[in-house]
Amino acid sequence: MQSAEVIIVGAGMVGSAVAYGLARAGRRVLVLDGGDGDFRAARANFGLVWVQGKGADMPAYQVLTRDSSDLWPQFAGELAEVAGVPVDYERKGGLAFCLGDRDFEARGLALHRLHNQLSAAEQDCEMLDRVALEKRLPRVEFGNNVSGASYCWRDGQVNPLRLLQAMHAGIERLGGRVLAACEVSQIERGEQGFRVATANQVFGADKVVIAAGVATKGLALQVGLDVPLRPQRGQVLVTERMAPFLPLPASGLRQTAEGTVMIGATKEEVGLDAGTTMSSAAYLADKALQVVPRLAGARLVRQWSGLRVMTPDSFPVYAQSQSHPGAFALLCHSGVTLAACHAERLAEAIDRGVLPANLEPFHHQRFSRDVRQAI
Amino acid sequence: MFVRPFDSQQKAVPVVIDGETVMAAEGEMLASVLLRTVPFYTRTTPVSESRRAPYCLMGVCFDCLAVVDGVASVQTCLVPVRAGMRVERQHGRREVPL
Ligand SMILES: Cc1cc2nc3c(=O)[nH]c(=O)nc-3n(C[C@H](O)[C@H](O)[C@H](O)COP(=O)(O)OP(=O)(O)OC[C@H]3O[C@@H](n4cnc5c(N)ncnc54)[C@H](O)[C@@H]3O)c2cc1C
Ligand code: FES
Repeated sequence: MQSAEVIIVGAGMVGSAVAYGLARAGRRVLVLDGGDGDFRAARANFGLVWVQGKGADMPAYQVLTRDSSDLWPQFAGELAEVAGVPVDYERKGGLAFCLGDRDFEARGLALHRLHNQLSAAEQDCEMLDRVALEKRLPRVEFGNNVSGASYCWRDGQVNPLRLLQAMHAGIERLGGRVLAACEVSQIERGEQGFRVATANQVFGADKVVIAAGVATKGLALQVGLDVPLRPQRGQVLVTERMAPFLPLPASGLRQTAEGTVMIGATKEEVGLDAGTTMSSAAYLADKALQVVPRLAGARLVRQWSGLRVMTPDSFPVYAQSQSHPGAFALLCHSGVTLAACHAERLAEAIDRGVLPANLEPFHHQRFSRDVRQAI
Repeated sequence: MFVRPFDSQQKAVPVVIDGETVMAAEGEMLASVLLRTVPFYTRTTPVSESRRAPYCLMGVCFDCLAVVDGVASVQTCLVPVRAGMRVERQHGRREVPL
């Protein structure tokens, strides 16, 4: 039986980041990943490392997101060095465009309210009116209805496929292993901690971390963790490569280092269906054209969708099992943004075997507490 | 490279490639005209600017892109020729289109 100190189930955004962090801390890690037919948000996402607008009514999530944003520059640099894969990470700030005056006002108020919920922090967002926006992006001709944008200096972008590749390479360079086509079907207590089985192999480990994206629920139940989660579909469009004109990423619109423009993403409650639809393509294209009308002349080269890993309040779930200590389940819908924090803080907590106070609010107990309070 | 064996029934139509008039058979795809026209390429890539010519001839590889009647990034393997069509080989990245 092959064994490791920690087995990570799922080599997506979350599992890879945690495995990388643990490998860097000197643990012997084994990452078991499923098959190419799995739902894999890690290969479908938008690549934003995003802070602005996140964490309403959950200050701990605002703190976590900012923390990850602040850890990202060092994380990206280190990955490039360890794995030899540059990830096209940039942190020049990011925008959320506003259409019409009411939208502009509402955005300003929402960000202000968010800031008030976290009194100790400095404000990292500002509102740019149309004139200020045009000054900041002189190469963009904006649509008539664009009233301005919110700007947050902590926002950034990364090539998410390179990020995934770099984390996998990094894990292996640090002595860990990533096995593809190893769909885990069973997790139970063994002589040495846990026994983790696929259809034709059994592995052993002291600890097991379940980070299988939308497939996490059934596996987590096997170790006594009943985590609430649902898939939420996001469709994305991408254009041909063009000369650089959009120097800052925006929520829903960014130009990649290669020159393509990504337009996204829808939020659809359609269950386990990663299909694409013409109506969503039209909706996304229309949204982008309202911001940058000249994109009408650009060619779309692909449309795809992925499933977000959503919890009832949309915030992450980080939990250790009480019945099976040493088993953890991890869920989140912003695994790119949080990758630096997962590699650093979350991996360290799992290594120590205790989730610290700042991660405590993310236990899924919060959902049963809410129910009790409501009664 | 490639030669088109014209059959006498088919009408020949002129298309203009980078300013040069070339004869094509009515109904044939523009990519096949480009394949037999010196210097045998349709575009250069956006990143390394190396040359590409039509490859799959069925709309999947995007190597046959050219500027057709002012519209850039047209897959020429999917476009039948028309008399007087103006074609330009496409170089590197496009500017954001007007
Ligand atoms: C359209 C879209 C846009 C997004 N944009 C952003 C963004 O801009 N910024 C951001 O921060 N986040 C974004 N996200 C979210 C981000 O992609 C996810 O939060 C992240 O990928 C979740 O990571 P995960 O590891 O939980 O799941 P995934 O990345 O989906 O990985 C799960 C892995 O588990 C494996 N697996 C499944 N079952 C098993 C099994 N039984 N045994 C072994 N392995 C198994 C799968 O093969 C897969 O590799 C976006 C998501 C979508 C869908
Ligand atoms: S030759 Fe492949 S798309 Fe035209």
